[in-house]
Amino acid sequence: MTTVMTPELAPEAVLNGLQETKTDSVTIVVLSGDMDKAMAAFIIATGAASMGMKVTMFFTFWGLNMLRRKGEKSSAKDWLRRLFGLLNRGGAETLPLSKFHFMGVGTSMMKKVMKQNKMPGIPELMEIAEDLGVRYIACTTTMGLLGVTKDTLIDSVDQYAGVATYLAEAKNGSVNLFI
Amino acid sequence: MSTSFESDEQLDTLGMFCPMPIIMTSKRFKQMEIGKVLEVLSDDEGIKQDMPAWCETTGQEFVGLEEEDDGTRQVFKTFVKKIKA
Repeated sequence: MTTVMTPELAPEAVLNGLQETKTDSVTIVVLSGDMDKAMAAFIIATGAASMGMKVTMFFTFWGLNMLRRKGEKSSAKDWLRRLFGLLNRGGAETLPLSKFHFMGVGTSMMKKVMKQNKMPGIPELMEIAEDLGVRYIACTTTMGLLGVTKDTLIDSVDQYAGVATYLAEAKNGSVNLFI
Repeated sequence: MSTSFESDEQLDTLGMFCPMPIIMTSKRFKQMEIGKVLEVLSDDEGIKQDMPAWCETTGQEFVGLEEEDDGTRQVFKTFVKKIKA
């Protein structure tokens, strides 16, 4: 359905029309690669999407790790960035907690508690987000810097872009978050 | 206890935390007919504020809330009417 606004309409009618057609949009910058912070980001994203808002998530720096396929090595040409890709593990299921990670023990305990309480983890939340139409943008600058290549990322990435794309999206948004 | 609200369909989200109850509500609403009332069961107290907020944002009608103690936990029943597609 398209609403055509004509100048002879009363101002209230125009305002009502605008309120009806305008979709609220949410943009979230995900810089952190910590599980707890990623959970907050995806809970907000899925919540907003289920409230009918248009949601765009921009993944940069460590946040890019959750878009990487688990176990995928960097296919960068130079050894330095390849080494970086090796040290910096990717995969939504491998994210550590920002606190109490304890070489993985704390994080797996947290995951166990979450499972017992039927709480969705990052991979499940991402599946819900994709299902609800949340858009993912991967930051190409970070990809270049960390030696992450397109073929090592999950298929649900909608766009590969930079700051201008994020800002163009964010300036129309009513909710902008940096996590 | 007596039920003061009537519903056409029920959705069980017991044991689930935010954001699952509202995500499941929004999914169910997509399949529901306009005019029908959905009863959502939850034991997450946040639902008392979240469901009216979801209704306000999506333009659906919040019918009411009932609280009940089933012996082991508090159960919150929220009633939501689908008034638009």
